[in-house]
Amino acid sequence: MSAEGGVQYSKIAEIKGPLVIVDDVSNAAFDELVEIETNEGERRLGKVLEVGNGKAIVQVFEGTTGLSISGTKAKFVGKVMEMPVSKEVLGRVFDGLGRPKDGLPDPIADKFIDINGEPMNPEQREYPKDFIQTGVSVIDGMITLVRGQKLPIFSGSGMSHNLVAAQIARQASVIGTQDDFAVVFAAIGVQYSEAEYFRRSLEESGALKRSVLFLNTADDPAIERIITPRVALTVAEYLAFELGMHVLVILTDMTNYAEALREISAAREEVPGRKGYPGYLYTDLSTIYERAGKLNGRKGSVTQVPILSMPSDDITHPIPDLTGYITEGQVVLGRDLFRQGVYPPVNILMSLSRLMKDGIGEGSTRADHGEISNQVYDAYSRAQEVRALAGIVGKAGLTEIDLKYMDVGDVFEKEFLTQATDENRTIEETLTILWKIVSKLPKNEITKIKDKFIDQYYQGK
Amino acid sequence: MAAKGRIVWVSGPAVRADGMSDAKMYETVTVGNSKLVGEVIRLTGEVAFIQVYESTSGLKPGEPVVGTGNPLSVLLGPGIIGQLYDGIQRPLKELSKASGSYIGRGITTTPVDMTKKYHFVPKVGNGDEVSAGSIIGTVQETDLIEHSIMIPPDHKGGKITNIVSEGDYDLETEVATTEKSGQSIPIKMYHKWPVRKPRPFLKRYDPTVPLLTGQRVIDTFFPIAKGGTGSIPGAFGTGKTVTLHQIAKWADSQVVVYIGCGERGNEMTEVLVEFPHLKDPRTGKPLMDRTVLVANTSNMPVAAREASIYTGVTIAEYYRDMGKDVVLVADSTSRWAESLREMSGRLEEMPAEEGYPSYLASRLAEFYERAGRVRASGSPDRDGSVTLVGAVSPSGGDFTEPVTTHTMRFIKTFWALDAKLAYSRHYPSINWMNSYSGYLADIAKWWGENISDDWLSLRSDAYGVLQREDTLKEIVRLLGPEALPDEEKLILEVARMVKIGLLQQNSFDDVDTYCSPEKQYKLLKLLVDFYKRGQQALKDGTALADIRAMSIVGSMLKARMDIKDDEMAKLDQLDIDMQEQFKSITGVKVRN
Repeated sequence: MSAEGGVQYSKIAEIKGPLVIVDDVSNAAFDELVEIETNEGERRLGKVLEVGNGKAIVQVFEGTTGLSISGTKAKFVGKVMEMPVSKEVLGRVFDGLGRPKDGLPDPIADKFIDINGEPMNPEQREYPKDFIQTGVSVIDGMITLVRGQKLPIFSGSGMSHNLVAAQIARQASVIGTQDDFAVVFAAIGVQYSEAEYFRRSLEESGALKRSVLFLNTADDPAIERIITPRVALTVAEYLAFELGMHVLVILTDMTNYAEALREISAAREEVPGRKGYPGYLYTDLSTIYERAGKLNGRKGSVTQVPILSMPSDDITHPIPDLTGYITEGQVVLGRDLFRQGVYPPVNILMSLSRLMKDGIGEGSTRADHGEISNQVYDAYSRAQEVRALAGIVGKAGLTEIDLKYMDVGDVFEKEFLTQATDENRTIEETLTILWKIVSKLPKNEITKIKDKFIDQYYQGK
Repeated sequence: MAAKGRIVWVSGPAVRADGMSDAKMYETVTVGNSKLVGEVIRLTGEVAFIQVYESTSGLKPGEPVVGTGNPLSVLLGPGIIGQLYDGIQRPLKELSKASGSYIGRGITTTPVDMTKKYHFVPKVGNGDEVSAGSIIGTVQETDLIEHSIMIPPDHKGGKITNIVSEGDYDLETEVATTEKSGQSIPIKMYHKWPVRKPRPFLKRYDPTVPLLTGQRVIDTFFPIAKGGTGSIPGAFGTGKTVTLHQIAKWADSQVVVYIGCGERGNEMTEVLVEFPHLKDPRTGKPLMDRTVLVANTSNMPVAAREASIYTGVTIAEYYRDMGKDVVLVADSTSRWAESLREMSGRLEEMPAEEGYPSYLASRLAEFYERAGRVRASGSPDRDGSVTLVGAVSPSGGDFTEPVTTHTMRFIKTFWALDAKLAYSRHYPSINWMNSYSGYLADIAKWWGENISDDWLSLRSDAYGVLQREDTLKEIVRLLGPEALPDEEKLILEVARMVKIGLLQQNSFDDVDTYCSPEKQYKLLKLLVDFYKRGQQALKDGTALADIRAMSIVGSMLKARMDIKDDEMAKLDQLDIDMQEQFKSITGVKVRN
């Protein structure tokens, strides 16, 4: 990212947290890219958050540690931050600001794209409905993912979200197509070991050459995390909509992103919303998540699987809460299941895929898919009620039908939910297990499935 | 005299401009070299505070700001139906012609095609006296909408001269002229109206006619009236959007205005893809022929989100003035409130609760007061209504947060969505204990006249069962169901049947998605009759297990999906079957 012809300013009036306030500014624009040069000649990047009355407030991505008022120069570059893109980015590793981190030279740019993106015109979107087979039964059967969807994983500290996301990245395929696909992975303030796990996992499955990695690890500057998902999505959009690839974007961990945003908001002394997060957190998150989708007349798609850890496993915390209002469903991992050693520990009752209804059924999965999954949701939720009841009155106090629901719960967790991290189940296998679960119940209890499907698939007495 | 100033400060969607002493509050202005659209929201001396409806990225101090002299207005005339607008009434299809797949900036378009010709049929003659709101002619806008051409509401009235004869004219044609005290004013097929100013009408009526949505839990349990107000709050994943889509699809109104305010882009796309293929159950025409969409998705500029609500409600009032029933659905008013909060923060106003401005409540009140069933101004006499339904997205699903609590003060129907019900896939997840409707008594007369006299009492019986179940559930939770006597177990059983057979409704099932009032009534009656017969049978010594084992139970639970609206005889047959099955088990002695 070069900076030619900018005007030099030497006057820095104030340094405050991640912000630098520059004086005597006469020609800076809102959102403009800024280069900060220290007296040691080190260069950092920033952008204009507010400009007017001769001052500009600049957010410094690499942090302000070591900057001094006297020795620091700010240069307004005359454009917004851009990411150089070309097909050569595939197989490369970048830092959180999109600079090569693998020791190789800058990829030769085909074009430079504004990392903020522009809102897709809803009229030009194509409604996502192509089923993605992830080979993970609980996702394919109950929380179906489709191309162009944004489906986050809500997890908690220490749980197996990385395993699930990596398994999806390795196994995801659309039945009956040979289209190009790519994985864009953005590590946002995660531990080095987590980022390395993804890299290795992609490498071992041979997917690394179709992947682009952006790494901002826990020891990298926090403010850089504002940029990381945006450069990643800029590359994803380029691969999808210019090169026609189907791109799966994994963003982990969005909680770290939101915390970086809060840090800036606090430094600007803004009126906070809930838990100190800025009032515009929803709008800001949407400018990331809404970049998933498909466009009319273009071949590719951007599918997002953001991962976020819920502070104290609290789903009402502002970050998961606002995310859930924007994304098209959520995959929620359950602490209880995780403790029992179940993998993947997905709590289906709290999980949901909003686009499932259009991605399944005749012509994509199977005609009975919607109804069988509704019935299993219903049965599993009854099973949980019965378990709670059994905890109080004991098994002896349960009716015959209650016991059958207990059985449903067990089969569901042991045979359907549980699978190995390298086990890739077809959708037929997944549906077969679902029918096995429902067949534990007498026909009278099956209220959500049409008779013709019961006649065809029901195996109970 | 248009104001001309220069930008002195930019921060996100907020801009301050100097030299703006001629600017008026809420005047629209063009901002910067790329002529972005903005609106003046505060004036201090020479400095105007402007909210900009487009992305301000790249905007610099020193760039010009020019006033237009006009408040933010919408263009009202034929061609609105079927459109997808952004928050300030720019057609998104036209924007895509100018800027492709993404939304560009500084693009000017007209809200409707000004050159399209409509077949105008005059309804007044030269010399007729007209006043503001009077209909002078009609055009067929879509197959479903006969569009009345009205004298603008701020017009002083007068005598019609030069009315054109029946024929095809475009929107710029002067179809008539009015004369008063020597002053002549040309009338075209469109006029403009400021969005923040409610359109006038003659008088307001009490809402007494139900708005039928085809959703059983709404129509039967928590109805809304035409011209009424309703709110649907719920945490994410509780089915707000699906419920609102259902109302937009099946409500028995002539026009639907759907506002996607700060929500998902794909949801608007879904409506765009789906509605042209869905048929209005009453007319058989595509639903898109009666629908207007206003979309300002979450990632579009936040200030235009604030405006989108007003744009939508002004369009709704315009069709109301033609004598039509209009439903406006706003998803979500919380995002609108957040845009108020964001601008208020940038204005550095003193915040009230959770950072929201202190005028949040009054803004919500003003919005919901634009609902109503009214007698329109001008001649001929006609009545229309605007029903307002707003979604609320409470943070953390907490109904005590400011937007939910303030909204509850200004609406009469409250559909409380419940995450627990949604988790167990009970949809629509409207919680029957926390929801309410203030219109029950007002609309009971309609049900009595059109369906049956005993509707209200059947509804109370069924609701009574649900209330009893709610208290019994506590006992079951502690002691297990076996601790209850058979009479109370029957209540649990009937409550389960009411929930599965009546309250639950599958929006994605071809039959179940819409339920006619006749079918709703018969399903309700069937369930209440089952309860009464069951009580009697228990008194006569029949075992509860025998009642549960009757095959009619399964048939009743599936009737909502199995029996179509035009097969009412099958429901009557179910009633006969039920009587027979009760007869056959009555008198059988208690086993075990």
